[in-house]
Amino acid sequence: MLLSLSGISKSFGSVAALRGVDLVVRAGEVHAVLGENGAGKSTLMHIADGLLRPDAGTIAVDGVPVRFRSARDARRHGIGMVHQHSTAVPALSVMENIALAAGWPVAPGQLRRRTAELTARLALQLDPLQPASELSVALKQRLEVVKALASDARILLLDEPTTVLAPTEAEELFNFVREFARSGGAVVLITHKLDEALAAADQVTVLRHGVVALAAPRAEVAAESLTEAMIGGAISVAARPRPTGDGPVLIQCDGLEVKGESTPGLRSASFTIRGGELVAVAGVEGNGQRELLRAVAQLQRPFRGLLEVARPIAFVPEDRTTEGLIPALSLTENVVLGVGRIAPWIRGHRVRRVDWSAAGSRTTELLEEFDVRAKGPGAAAGSLSGGNQQKLLIARALERRPRVLVAENPTRGLDLQAAADVHARLRSAAAAGAAVLIYSNDLDEVLELGDRILVAANGVVVEAEAGAGRQRLGEMMLRSGRPDAQ
Amino acid sequence: MRSSIRALGTSLLALAVGLLLLAVGLHLAGYDAGAALAALWDGAFGSWRAFTGATLLRSVPLILIGLGFALALRGGALNIGAEGQFYAGAIAAAWVGVHAGGWAPWIALPSVALAGIVGGTMWMALPVVLKLRFGVLEVISTLLLNFVAEALVSWMVQGPMQEPSGIYPQSAPIVEAARLPMLPGTRLHLGFVAALIAASILTWIFARTWWGFRLRALGEGPRAAEVSGRVRGNRMIAVALLGSGALAGLAGAFEVSGVSYALYQNLSPGYGFTAIGVALLARLKPSAIVLTGIVFAALEAGAGAMQRDAGIPAVTVYVVEGVIILVLLLGDAAARRGLRRQVVATGAVDGIA
Repeated sequence: MLLSLSGISKSFGSVAALRGVDLVVRAGEVHAVLGENGAGKSTLMHIADGLLRPDAGTIAVDGVPVRFRSARDARRHGIGMVHQHSTAVPALSVMENIALAAGWPVAPGQLRRRTAELTARLALQLDPLQPASELSVALKQRLEVVKALASDARILLLDEPTTVLAPTEAEELFNFVREFARSGGAVVLITHKLDEALAAADQVTVLRHGVVALAAPRAEVAAESLTEAMIGGAISVAARPRPTGDGPVLIQCDGLEVKGESTPGLRSASFTIRGGELVAVAGVEGNGQRELLRAVAQLQRPFRGLLEVARPIAFVPEDRTTEGLIPALSLTENVVLGVGRIAPWIRGHRVRRVDWSAAGSRTTELLEEFDVRAKGPGAAAGSLSGGNQQKLLIARALERRPRVLVAENPTRGLDLQAAADVHARLRSAAAAGAAVLIYSNDLDEVLELGDRILVAANGVVVEAEAGAGRQRLGEMMLRSGRPDAQ
Repeated sequence: MRSSIRALGTSLLALAVGLLLLAVGLHLAGYDAGAALAALWDGAFGSWRAFTGATLLRSVPLILIGLGFALALRGGALNIGAEGQFYAGAIAAAWVGVHAGGWAPWIALPSVALAGIVGGTMWMALPVVLKLRFGVLEVISTLLLNFVAEALVSWMVQGPMQEPSGIYPQSAPIVEAARLPMLPGTRLHLGFVAALIAASILTWIFARTWWGFRLRALGEGPRAAEVSGRVRGNRMIAVALLGSGALAGLAGAFEVSGVSYALYQNLSPGYGFTAIGVALLARLKPSAIVLTGIVFAALEAGAGAMQRDAGIPAVTVYVVEGVIILVLLLGDAAARRGLRRQVVATGAVDGIA
């Protein structure tokens, strides 16, 4: 037994991220920790590598109880963490980055030899003198692995390591990982990709809503039971009648491709949405749904393919306080900003002016109508709670009288009542004839809201058959299909 | 509303602390602080002649440049290069003014002003292109172009634009028709009125127009302005920066056509930098910039009198100006911390029930 975590609990505010989680990692094994976004995987790993302290529970290394006060503490006990995104200093060379992580002296000649020895021993080739900024994404990841192992780590934690890798690069990484385990190390692989866990792991632990839903040797579990453990029981949702498809086509895309910033982006989407339909996209974060919605909202340019969207379009971003609202400005000002120049309070056309008193009284009405709790239209947007901010964003979006309404994770971080209010607004927008397109990381929300459901997996968006339940959607989400395999 | 009153309070406090420190410093250095401050006051406000011909006269470039600085910073861009744009405007204005022989005043005067605007705008064009094309920070490019502009003036007045006798490092005087008329009964030129008009126009732009509001939004929350407000940030910043350069260039033109009547090497005693303090002390509000511009101009006008009458070096007022800005920034930082503490104490992330 190399690393054992037992009875780990951790809360952030009133939200319990982990509740009594046990995890035992033995020498010589690759242990996959599976779970959806928000299941608690990252919290658990940050407890294991010393970045977070648990509220309850114990950590033991080699059977000896330990208490990590920092990531350095954890490293001293042989735990090395490979973060999802590169933590290298771009301006420094490969060897300097390694020295920084391992605490080596930086005398150039010696450092170069030492780096060369290390990369040779690990069979992970890197040019010691190359600046980190010049490395490809895959080599950056390799540098992360070398950094984690530079101070003789025996336990390697990998957080979603394949997010940025091409399939062959991922395969190389897994070969290394298996080799590392065979030579007596232990590996914890955090992932939401089922087939990765199946391919690489000896042992699988599934987290769901902060508790261990399943823990078993790989050989003893079937893919279906893992999916069920991740997504939750096979609760069947009563198939809802689809709206009659006689509204006008308001969104049409065919062979749509959109480049992503750090992920591969959207590789293929072809569908149409008619007025009156509420379409929800399911998918694990980073599978192309964000790019799809932003392209439909005309915020990102399609790279290839056809995309036609009726106007006016309204967009509700998931990041409420950096992309949605400006916290320092008043509610009225935020409404004016978002409704744009089609608003009735914009006067003149050569020099457009804002009639602030008209905008202010309309904002007051909106606060009333959408039950936004605020001091008044002059209050700063930053003084509102998250739920009220979201209500204001929805109110503002609907004020555009949109024919197409696009919303990202419309109820993220909201309490049940606020979420129900938002859902009701989205439904009534569709009922009033708009085409509504949302995505959500919460499968329950997708199932509850969507008249039709699209699934994004690996950049490919396909439509789920009517009446598809959790189980089926879960399978579709976790399949790392290729576009040509669809 | 309450925050703007507090901001005014901080500004007044900053001014008071600056003057107090000046008095204490003078006293410690063995001067008669009372007499010095009296001389300062007299030089700035002591007579109608001093007020209009010294204080208000100096406030014109400070107000115009301060307005330009505020215009750019409202959108989130820092124009540290007003000194350079001022000189570029002055060169262009002097060139037109010298060659305007035979023009009627109603043609010559607008031409000179326009030349200043074009000069200042062109001088800003390079930083704007560098920013949009290559992401070069405007703080650095505008700052460095100040030195280039100063060198350019120096070369102009000893080379291509030197007065015909070739003795003095200055241009030939501009023609009569290109000289700004004085306000009746004063030595204050018409540019002061133009500065007041510019301040009102800018007030209107920020408070009433769709463009001005979007610029403000861009400065307060660039991502939200672009995503939710569909603001084309780069384009808007470019226009604001060019406008900022235009105002500094106009200040340079007024200095030539209203005060010096020729291009000199040290035409500006650092207006481009002092005006940053003017704009900051006014919290970027155009109407307040008129006031703070006059306050800073009074300090500089009074400094001359103080030197003459009390034998105290005029540069001490720069210390006062510096202290004012420092107190202001400290006051802001303290206000932010106080606010944060309040939020933590009440546990009020929601703040409002």
